[in-house]
Amino acid sequence: MDLSTAFPTLVTDLPAAFSMSVVGLVGLAMIVLDAFRNDHPAIPWLGVAALGVSAAWEATHLGAPQSTVFFETLRTGGFVAFINLIILLTGLATILLSVPYLNQLRYDYGEVYALIMFSTVGMIMLGSANNMVSIFLGLETMSVCLYVLTGFIREDEGAVESALKYFLLGAFSTGFFLYGIALMYGATGTMALPAMAAAELGTLSTRLLFWGGFALFLVGFFFKVSAAPFHMWTPDVYQGAPTPLTGYMSTATKAAAFAALILVLVHAVPGGEWQLSVAAVAVLTMVIGNVMALAQTNVKRLLAYSSIAHAGYVLVGLSAGTSAGYAGALFYLLVYAVMNIGAFGVMSMLEWDGKEGREQTLSSLAGIANDRPVLGSTMGIFMLSLIGFPPLGGFAGKYFVFAPAVDAGLTWLVVIGVLMSALSAYYYLRVVYVFWMQSADDVEATDPVRAAAFPRATVAATGTLVVCAVALVVLGVFFGGVLETTLGFFESTAMATAP
Amino acid sequence: MTSADLLRLVLLLPLAGAVLNGVAPLFLKHLRTRETLLGTIGTAVVAIPFVLTVYLFVTFGGDPIVADYFTWMAAGDLDLSFAYRVDQLSLLMTLVVTGVGGVIHLYSIGYMHGDDGYWRFFAYLNLFIFAMLNLVLANNLPVLFLGWEGVGLCSYLLIGFWYTDLRNSAAANKAFIVNRVGDVAFLVAMFLVFRELGSLSFDVLLAEGPNLPEATLNWIVFLLFVGATGKSAQIPLFVWLPDAMAGPTPVSALIHAATMVTSGLYLLARLSALVLGAPVVMMIVAIVGAATALMAATIAVAQDDIKRVLAYSTVSQLGYMFMAAGVGAFFVAIFHVVTHAFFKACLFLGAGSVIHGMEEVEHGLEEQGRDPSDFDPQDMRTMGGLAEYMPATRTTYLLATLAISGIPLTAGFFSKDEILFKAFEYGYDGSTYAMAVWVVGILTAVLTAFYMMRSYVLTFEGEPRWPLSDQLAPHESPSTMTGALWTLGLLSLVGGFIGLPAVVQGGDWNWIHHYLGAKYGGPVAEASVQGHVPLALEWGLILLSSVIALGTVYYAWRVYLTQGLGYDAALKRRLRGVYQTWTDKYYWDEFYNEVVVDSLINGVARKGLAAFDTTVVDGAVNGVADTAQNASGLLRRVQTGLVQNYALALTVGAALLIGLMLYGV
Repeated sequence: MDLSTAFPTLVTDLPAAFSMSVVGLVGLAMIVLDAFRNDHPAIPWLGVAALGVSAAWEATHLGAPQSTVFFETLRTGGFVAFINLIILLTGLATILLSVPYLNQLRYDYGEVYALIMFSTVGMIMLGSANNMVSIFLGLETMSVCLYVLTGFIREDEGAVESALKYFLLGAFSTGFFLYGIALMYGATGTMALPAMAAAELGTLSTRLLFWGGFALFLVGFFFKVSAAPFHMWTPDVYQGAPTPLTGYMSTATKAAAFAALILVLVHAVPGGEWQLSVAAVAVLTMVIGNVMALAQTNVKRLLAYSSIAHAGYVLVGLSAGTSAGYAGALFYLLVYAVMNIGAFGVMSMLEWDGKEGREQTLSSLAGIANDRPVLGSTMGIFMLSLIGFPPLGGFAGKYFVFAPAVDAGLTWLVVIGVLMSALSAYYYLRVVYVFWMQSADDVEATDPVRAAAFPRATVAATGTLVVCAVALVVLGVFFGGVLETTLGFFESTAMATAP
Repeated sequence: MTSADLLRLVLLLPLAGAVLNGVAPLFLKHLRTRETLLGTIGTAVVAIPFVLTVYLFVTFGGDPIVADYFTWMAAGDLDLSFAYRVDQLSLLMTLVVTGVGGVIHLYSIGYMHGDDGYWRFFAYLNLFIFAMLNLVLANNLPVLFLGWEGVGLCSYLLIGFWYTDLRNSAAANKAFIVNRVGDVAFLVAMFLVFRELGSLSFDVLLAEGPNLPEATLNWIVFLLFVGATGKSAQIPLFVWLPDAMAGPTPVSALIHAATMVTSGLYLLARLSALVLGAPVVMMIVAIVGAATALMAATIAVAQDDIKRVLAYSTVSQLGYMFMAAGVGAFFVAIFHVVTHAFFKACLFLGAGSVIHGMEEVEHGLEEQGRDPSDFDPQDMRTMGGLAEYMPATRTTYLLATLAISGIPLTAGFFSKDEILFKAFEYGYDGSTYAMAVWVVGILTAVLTAFYMMRSYVLTFEGEPRWPLSDQLAPHESPSTMTGALWTLGLLSLVGGFIGLPAVVQGGDWNWIHHYLGAKYGGPVAEASVQGHVPLALEWGLILLSSVIALGTVYYAWRVYLTQGLGYDAALKRRLRGVYQTWTDKYYWDEFYNEVVVDSLINGVARKGLAAFDTTVVDGAVNGVADTAQNASGLLRRVQTGLVQNYALALTVGAALLIGLMLYGV
């Protein structure tokens, strides 16, 4: 590499890293502010402003041509802008929902928001990676912040336990992941994704090295998106973590990790030899997620299994290995982010307090919708959308991940997917049923509603939930434009071939 | 603004009204009592589209405007777009829906005053208008069906509006369930159309549909007609409409008289080119229409509840419209839809005004310490003499009564006479069934004039018959209500001039025919008739209808004015069993209860299929559920909470994944 042009290139490529820089710098500013007063009320709003500005920037770049920057380590263009938009808006919603929750806990420390910002930076890097090193860097930046966020309520044993579990298993899976990258590098001699596809895998031993490495590499990703059988940490961690941050973990992390996975599948291994493996994991994930969710009494645990199941649906779209499948998966990630951040948001507003909230059962919320109609109706929409009920976004999303799989000849996979999503109606509707149709008299007195201890609803938090609910209706009816945009990312030649 | 933009406003304003009136007060409870605000919004979002439609109507160039707003879903050959069609037929229907709808909204401001569900009422009513506009403006069957189901839903919600009374929710359920039967047929018809033509758009359907083999066309049209019998209350699915009167009276006027129930006719007129290709089904349509018209008219003679009389009258008039469709005179059916909307809405709103007054009497009785439970404010037997107390209601009700009876030069005269003439003409041309239909039409006309005059005289003339009538007096309704009545009353008087009969200027002044008719470039096809009825015979027929109407109205007026309820008793004595059959509505409800509910559902289904249901169906369902629960329980044991177990699972998974990946290499 000729280093003489390095500095000028860095300067000219800087706008491509706009969101990363703004979010990262504001994160640093938060830490500084935090040093003076750790519950300064301006800190979350600083984050909201940074994320909002970045989101607006990304929104204007949805139509940008696909290209690479920073010596082909990162990508730019519509695909990246779309993923960044999901990540940034999810972060924004998370901050707005966290404020009342953390106030109630008296844990409204600035570093929480700073950590959200830093992990967002990691996700952005992950979602725009064009090189194994950037993937690893992004993944670890994101994960380390999430480990801390999971356990930042230090007095709470449950939170600390789940943080430790998350950290140990995360480190374990990263080992697989890194080893996989090493093997792939060994087989191809490159870290750049497009170059990997171009590399000759002549002998059998090279091929074994490469595909074995790729399998290990996938383990790392499957762990992050909580696909079975690498999902075991999910329920424990989701249950222990502070609720709005669980929402963040289950949506933005998945969006970023799936985006990187799509980039790898499209650029590094475009041949589709992996189809059976991914389809097998998809089946296992959908079955385990949905079946386990049936028996849950704790809402956060239920939603954790539900998020496992949804990772399975996205994998169905990826198994198709076609443009339509990837585009459908991207659309699904958007819809999923909206409905899940909303569902966890509602739960965060209905928690007694951060610590015992972990043990809070569904039946303690019997009839809550009558007292909190906005929360009740938005939760109804989120649940129906998670089932995949028309005319909500979840329906359109499922259709666009399942249909390409059928076209790719994976009908058996879609049949399982549809059966499993029918099964899911049972546990999602139970939430709606308990919220609306039961009353506190119907449940045993051991589970009293402690409404007085609920976080105080702010306009911003309630507004976020309403916006999410409305967005689901809009996505369910006017999905044409969004889907065309995502399809465009994969049909342009710049994305399909190496630059 | 282009026509497409205007159309967007026409469609979306009522929806916006429904959302505003429905959602905001749901969460902001203090808005629920802001009646003026709610009522104004509710009425404005219908009145503004009316004005816009008038503009579209005036500037309409003659070629259909198709506005394709967006494709909702495209999968294979199926292309579902939200496409709307502005042509003469949809414009006329939109004018009626928004015009009459607007007037009824205005009326509701006063009528619903003080009701706890005021906001809900306007939200539903706006939603209804939105759905109805989708129905009449759609450019393909799915959007039409969306509107079709939408109006069904609103009808259900509004019939059961006072849902705390079990009878009302039962009536709502009945309407919903009976309509489902028709809807199944409609759906199957859509499947057939898609299989045969590969498209559901009207452009394709109207262009290529008539070329389909007759057997296929017969089935399509027949199934569509079955769908229409549900929504438009024809034999055998009419039973829900009389019970639908459980809803608030403006609802009866808007949904169950003026607009929704005519959607079956609209469907047939829209697809008239197809219907004409299925002459066998046309015969069925005409005969069913005639039978319904006669049957409902006879039932109406023997009813004492003012709204029930009007309900059966609606069924009967809808039968007239189907008669017209059955002899291939679709534009006349639409003509009658329009005039009927005027006078029947006026009659219903008048009845509402009367009920309003009688409820005042009911409250008065309560204050006097009398038990009001045996007093029914809708029973004509306890009315009488209301002309003195409610002059505006009386005059408008009389106008509408004269119109529906077919007194010469009123709206009903022209449209009904045109139906009879078309039936006669078709029969004169050699069709036996059309002649039979004409005879039934004449008989029904006699009955219509009779029972409508009966209801007018019993309600407004003679001496007051309610208890303590010397102390308690009802009052005229507020001006929003009487304003609506006057508008509709005047339209009932002059609305018929849009369709002057052929004897005037050889039919050149029949505006609605020239506007809608396919031979003048409109969207509605019609049967071609070879043999022309001589002019003298035409005049004779008009004379006959006039004499019948005038004679019957005079007779009914005289006997009920002099004998009052005594004449009912006399009729009952003279006709005995026949009259009893009329009072009991030909035992249709009993028939359905015995045959469908008791024998089929309770008998065959419950007893015969119960074993199958409990062992096979329930067994399968419970089996799946148990298996899933057991699997869930087993899997839970794996979820130990111990991090080392999790790591083990991860490792095993990694090994399996490597194996799977290397399998093909």
